[in-house]
Amino acid sequence: MAKNKKTETGEAPVRSGGLFEYAPAPESPAAAGDIATSYGHFIGGEFVDSSGSEALKTVNPATEQVLAEFAQGTDEDVERAVKAARRAFGDWSALPGSERAKYLYRIARIIQERSRELAVLESIDNGKPIRETRDFDLPTVAAHFFYYAGWADKLDYAGFGRNPQPLGVAAQVIPWNFPLMMLAWKIAPALATGNTVVLKPAETTPLTALRFAEICQQAGLPKGVVNIVTGDGRTGAALTSHPDVNKVAFTGSTNVGRSIARQLAGSRKKLSLELGGKAANIVFDDAPIDQAVEGIVNGIFFNQGHVCCAGSRLLVQESIQDEVLDALKRRMATLRVGDPLDKNTDIGAINSAAQLARITELTAAGEAEGAERWSPSCQLPSTGYWFAPTLFTGVSQAHRVAREEIFGPVLSVLTFRTPNEAVEKANNTPYGLSAGVWTEKGSRILWMANQLKAGVVWANTFNKFDPTSPFGGYKESGYGREGGRHGLEAYLDV
Amino acid sequence: MSDVIRLDVMKTYKLFVGGKFPRSESGRVYEVSDSKGQWLANAPLGTRKDTRDAVLAARAAVKGWAGTTAYNRGQVLYRIAEMLQGRREQFAAEVAAAEGIGAKKAAALVDQAIDRWVWYAGWTDKVAQIAGGANPVAGPYFNLSVPEPTGVVGVVAPQAGYGHSFLGLVSVIAPVIATGNTVVVAAATDAPLPALSLGEVLATSDLPGGVVNLLSGRTADIAPTLASHQDVNALDLTGAIAHEGPGAAIALEASAADTLKRVLRPAVDPAAQDWTVAPGTERLLSFLETKTVWHPMGQ
Repeated sequence: MAKNKKTETGEAPVRSGGLFEYAPAPESPAAAGDIATSYGHFIGGEFVDSSGSEALKTVNPATEQVLAEFAQGTDEDVERAVKAARRAFGDWSALPGSERAKYLYRIARIIQERSRELAVLESIDNGKPIRETRDFDLPTVAAHFFYYAGWADKLDYAGFGRNPQPLGVAAQVIPWNFPLMMLAWKIAPALATGNTVVLKPAETTPLTALRFAEICQQAGLPKGVVNIVTGDGRTGAALTSHPDVNKVAFTGSTNVGRSIARQLAGSRKKLSLELGGKAANIVFDDAPIDQAVEGIVNGIFFNQGHVCCAGSRLLVQESIQDEVLDALKRRMATLRVGDPLDKNTDIGAINSAAQLARITELTAAGEAEGAERWSPSCQLPSTGYWFAPTLFTGVSQAHRVAREEIFGPVLSVLTFRTPNEAVEKANNTPYGLSAGVWTEKGSRILWMANQLKAGVVWANTFNKFDPTSPFGGYKESGYGREGGRHGLEAYLDV
Repeated sequence: MSDVIRLDVMKTYKLFVGGKFPRSESGRVYEVSDSKGQWLANAPLGTRKDTRDAVLAARAAVKGWAGTTAYNRGQVLYRIAEMLQGRREQFAAEVAAAEGIGAKKAAALVDQAIDRWVWYAGWTDKVAQIAGGANPVAGPYFNLSVPEPTGVVGVVAPQAGYGHSFLGLVSVIAPVIATGNTVVVAAATDAPLPALSLGEVLATSDLPGGVVNLLSGRTADIAPTLASHQDVNALDLTGAIAHEGPGAAIALEASAADTLKRVLRPAVDPAAQDWTVAPGTERLLSFLETKTVWHPMGQ
């Protein structure tokens, strides 16, 4: 039998800041593979230099160390990439669906094979915990390619009429919160339906997209079917406004989404937008409290709260408020904030200094407006971008922390008395991406789901994703759906 | 030494039941010849008892396989395609011998069989999206229909038609297991070798034992046992080509009626069937039950 010194001597386990002492279990950064000192774009099947000389830097947000330089895509670069995608479109769209499917299956398989490398690289570039990239992001990415691979030769059965046609060249701009997963959500359905793509990853997380380009090469994907152009918003604007793209897909902030929609007015480009959110996570008095607390924690602290569908507003029934908050605070005190590569870490680094500043500003506004702020005692590393899990109570619907998307590990707590009031408050937002409902009563779940103006409603769970399940928002959370059979529509001329 | 001819090691073909490779319980074999009458191998002569054993294995595998996520079933079917790709030449040789066609044509048939696994791999997590869905009932109810596998399916594999020995075989097995059923297959009596070799591929593809069970022997022994068996839920009569007698489609369908098995009838002219034609969804949807769930909505 294994000996346990602590119980033998009868000592309590060592705790620091309310946490059990764990030995660090760090993943080796070397597993991320070689990171080049500088990157160009991936155009026409090859890595190429930018036509311009401006370079951006991507940093590890946990250490503030520069990981690599990459090109700021110019108008000329975008032009070149769109041309490559246009050239590739004819042959790619003419391929039998069963052959397109096989390319996507190859990509899915190579992602599975290289998932450890990609998980570590994603964690380093993004700041999210390795446990999430390893157990969530990468399996989801591979599954997404698998799922859409299977659609490529079954489009006649997808409910869009016989022989539905692709749109052409798709311009895709993705955010930094789930870099590879967002890439998969964009590229897999686009390719399955016979489109070619130019994708711009976010300027703080370009590395896994560039690594994905290598995977396209390994899979033997025809040149120009996937093109990756890096850069900041200027590159994105050049891409989405390019006259020769037929489709624009954007995931990011509501304001940028609005400007893209404005820009595309009067054009023939098809547009899908997946934008911000301020989801209500609604807990009724009959809910199993422990499970609900896990769901609340997962809803807002998963991925540092950098989740557009995060359950950032907790609506708790007044009669159980104290009980829920006590349990929630106890649970929050056990969250481990720190080294994203440590397998024990629950909350990693905030993705960038700019995002940290935004979270800091909004939480300061929460305090200034009179909400009560609480965080567990928690030692944050001295370098890097960090933010302790934070709770606001006494929040009114007028407070900025109840209205604006914080995109960080910050939860605002409001209360309600009746189901109708819960619906009123949950829907009292310009957003409508997701919602959560916690109750043991099945009929109430379905009634709530019916009343909530949100594209995804989770009942007695939260933040669940699956390639077969459509995702997207109501109202100013955008339009179009990604995932599932519905996700095909965004890339078909139907 | 260079003119010494090395002797090939010949393979004993065996049944594939419950993930294992038993000989027939009868200890008997029958001669399998190529299209020119040249002896190829001795195949096990599967009996009624072998058939019942196979049904037991198939039944035992239903719970696990039907309970596997659709995504995982898709991964397993895709794995079969990967494994088959690596043994393409072996199967091409067996198909060429079985159907009396040239090496090139046989290889093309094997390629199509590989692609057919890929086609059905993609269906595992999509069939519910075309065969199920929400029903807008006129009342405050949530109402959802979902397809579920029917259980154990007995399959009489194609015995005729271009590509029957392997592409045809794959075309009848893959859709049945894609949706979570398990199968007992009566391989083509005159051309069982590609089927028996398929067992070796399935055994190395993460497919749980018992999901696919392959029997060689006389259709007149195996098929009636499947048709009358109390624990078989459905019957695919594609290869029932006898005009009369116990192996004839009409007799099998009548026998299946006693236990109200779902029956997929053979083509009007099985010999004219071209297995290279792209399949639709008929086979995929033939072995499903639709389950509808009602639940009230209210505060």
